[in-house]
Amino acid sequence: MDMPTPNPDLLAQKPKLVARLRAVLPKDAVIDAPEEVRAYECDALTAYRCAPLVAVLPSTTEEVAAVLRICHEMGVPVVPRGSGTSLAGGALPTADCVILGVARLREVIEINTSDRYIRVQTGMTNLSVTAAVESDGFFYAPDPSSQLACAIAGNIAMNSGGAHCLKYGVTTNNLLGVTMVLADGEVVEIGGAHMDAGGLDLLGVICGSEGQLGIVTEATLRILPKPEGARPVLIGFDSNEVAGACVADIIKSGLIPVAIEFMDRPIIRATESFAGAGYPDCEALLIVEVEGSPQEIADQLARITTIARRHNPVEIRESQGPEESARIWLGRKSAFGAMGQMGDYICLDGTIPVGALPLVLKRIGELSEAAGHMVGNVFHAGDGNMHPLILFNANEPGQLESAEALGADILRLCVDVGGCLTGEHGVGVEKRDLMTHQFSPADLEAQMAVKDVFDPNWVLNPAKVFPLTVSAGRRGAQ
Amino acid sequence: MSILATVKDISCNTEAQLADMIRAGGPFVVTGGGTSRIGLAEGDRLLWTGAQFDYDPGALTLVVSAGMAVDAVSAQLAVEHQRLAFEPPDLAPLLERAGVRSMGGMVASNASGPRRVAVGACRDACLGVRFVNGRGEIVKNGGRVMKNVTGLDLVKLMAGSQGTLGILTEVSLKTQPIPETTATLIFEGQTEVEAVNTMSRALGTPFDITGAAHLRQGADGTPARTLLRLEGMESAVRYRVEALHQRLSDLGAADVEWDQAHNGEIWRAIRDVTRFVGVPGDVWRVSVTPSEAPGLVAALQPEDVIYDWGGGRLWLLTTAGTDVRAKMGKGHATLVRASDETKRTLGVFPPENRIVAQLSKGLRQKFDPEQKFNPGMMG
Repeated sequence: MDMPTPNPDLLAQKPKLVARLRAVLPKDAVIDAPEEVRAYECDALTAYRCAPLVAVLPSTTEEVAAVLRICHEMGVPVVPRGSGTSLAGGALPTADCVILGVARLREVIEINTSDRYIRVQTGMTNLSVTAAVESDGFFYAPDPSSQLACAIAGNIAMNSGGAHCLKYGVTTNNLLGVTMVLADGEVVEIGGAHMDAGGLDLLGVICGSEGQLGIVTEATLRILPKPEGARPVLIGFDSNEVAGACVADIIKSGLIPVAIEFMDRPIIRATESFAGAGYPDCEALLIVEVEGSPQEIADQLARITTIARRHNPVEIRESQGPEESARIWLGRKSAFGAMGQMGDYICLDGTIPVGALPLVLKRIGELSEAAGHMVGNVFHAGDGNMHPLILFNANEPGQLESAEALGADILRLCVDVGGCLTGEHGVGVEKRDLMTHQFSPADLEAQMAVKDVFDPNWVLNPAKVFPLTVSAGRRGAQ
Repeated sequence: MSILATVKDISCNTEAQLADMIRAGGPFVVTGGGTSRIGLAEGDRLLWTGAQFDYDPGALTLVVSAGMAVDAVSAQLAVEHQRLAFEPPDLAPLLERAGVRSMGGMVASNASGPRRVAVGACRDACLGVRFVNGRGEIVKNGGRVMKNVTGLDLVKLMAGSQGTLGILTEVSLKTQPIPETTATLIFEGQTEVEAVNTMSRALGTPFDITGAAHLRQGADGTPARTLLRLEGMESAVRYRVEALHQRLSDLGAADVEWDQAHNGEIWRAIRDVTRFVGVPGDVWRVSVTPSEAPGLVAALQPEDVIYDWGGGRLWLLTTAGTDVRAKMGKGHATLVRASDETKRTLGVFPPENRIVAQLSKGLRQKFDPEQKFNPGMMG
């Protein structure tokens, strides 16, 4: 994976840059010692590392604006960073960049339960937003699995999803307004606590822009009343095809479960030996969760199990209470840990049309065998968002490269069956060079034209999303 | 100049042909079916007649030509007991227009009805678009799958762009199962402050309210009504009506409408602003936070008002020439129905702050550098 060559002029200007940053930020908010900036050398895509020139931790919108004005004047690239949980390398620095972390922007600004919104500074973690409104009976719906750690700023930048988005949507569907600092330090208010844009939907294009259009410092988020209760059912099948058909039948029946999770045999076996959730040893497992009052839950689960029985399941296990629910979710929730114990892994998140599932799983099996890497599949079956986990040994030369090549083959397959490269993790650097497989030059040009408008000099996270050869002319303008 | 005056019609049935026409000609009015056009512009009208229709009920997704009729698509979805969740309004009667609503027009105007309060707007259901921009380039964005963060999201940008960035040729949308049963809980005689309070309380319960609206007392003497809609499996709706009623028991007795046809009529009338059809006056569509809504209405003293989205959307009927924006704080107002002169004076679309206006202008310049599409319509 290539990154742009660091600009030697910028490296040489480090003392001047640090002095200027120190003039506008508190002393401990500018980190420039080589051993300290190393803490920012990577995010959760740990295979790639590069220490930044400087890291800054502003606490207010004004401080963010001051930093961006300086970087704009000096032509220094800025890589925004939420909590650093990106699996796609969205916060990977270059040696000549300033890392701008939002970790100190942690205030709740306003809670309004009658109009159902919360306004926060974007360094707050996803889960702490829910914690702030929980006692009033509300929650913030998007629930990426990193929700304990990940920041709202990163959620907005990557348009994060989660297991429950089948019912509640992803970040973009729950974002009402932002305060954003543009590359030149201008502060702009977009949207508000009211619904929908009056003019062009700038909020829609900012959400998921991977820190390339601006730095969001405050956000107004929609909050929802907590459901009365939720319960899952576990259904095991002898074949992936049959499990896939069962998912389609559940959806066609008119029920909208809050989650439909799918696990294949390699994952079932790995999680069993790791967590011992008591899953049946079968080809495919579904966890279907529904919400409502106890009676509503019972009625919905009855319908789901009736549909499942038509597909001859090897096992149906309906949760009768919280303990059993936790047990059913235990294996799914420990899937990543289980694979992690077996070796290093790459986690992909291509999305496919639900109907293509059996074909895609079969092809992944063949590709996995040919490449000599074990692949386990967990995924959000209701919305077709796959999570193939490719095992490899980082200590063995060539293994990372061949695992990545297999990953690229799988992602190309997702695109070829009518899907996309990434459903919720983002492009970052990880899928950057595959973008030309999904998009034509005109498609990419239209996207880059949007960045031209927001960030004419391409200083914000410039080496991400677009293949370097495609963005070269624009980045050259720096 | 009349609203969206058209000089001549040009029909295209391939994207390549459309692209050629755009490169060679202009300016164009981009109108979809022309049933809910509200902005001012003039030029030739490009008619797009592509006929793509690819519907996967098991995946709740639909890929369809932008030229297809909303009603025809809805009929196809109904065969599989599905629908467009966001309830796109039909504003043709309100605006006294003939024509057939198109899918492209629906997306380009982000047309969303009462269920928006629960399931999001049209833009939230949009999964992908294909369009031809002002340079005559064919562009696709998004796709047909429900979760997609690959590259910048131009789908949302195109939704609600009123045809000013490009001509949509294809749209992909999420569909929703049609629930078994609908019921509406009706409180009569509430003041507008009470009504918004009722709606906010209801929307704060876990009972999945999919419509929350308030209508003033009618000219025929029908009392003011606050309406709360519940949808789902019959057993669930029966339970939730009961439970909601109990939560709001301090508000006195409420009626429950169980008749399915009547429920359809009630919410269609709110969706299509039927109350203002044929009634003289300007019509404004306002987006505010619900708690600010009654105060704004009191300050404006409109002829009539419909509170939808729990008070988050107001339809205002005002005497001709009233400037609703003069009394507004936060939120925004769109002038939906008025004379051309009033529209020119007050502007159809809400003014934007300096930087948003600058960014929007920049985007239009990139997508349509020669201002070929609906020139001047949105600023």
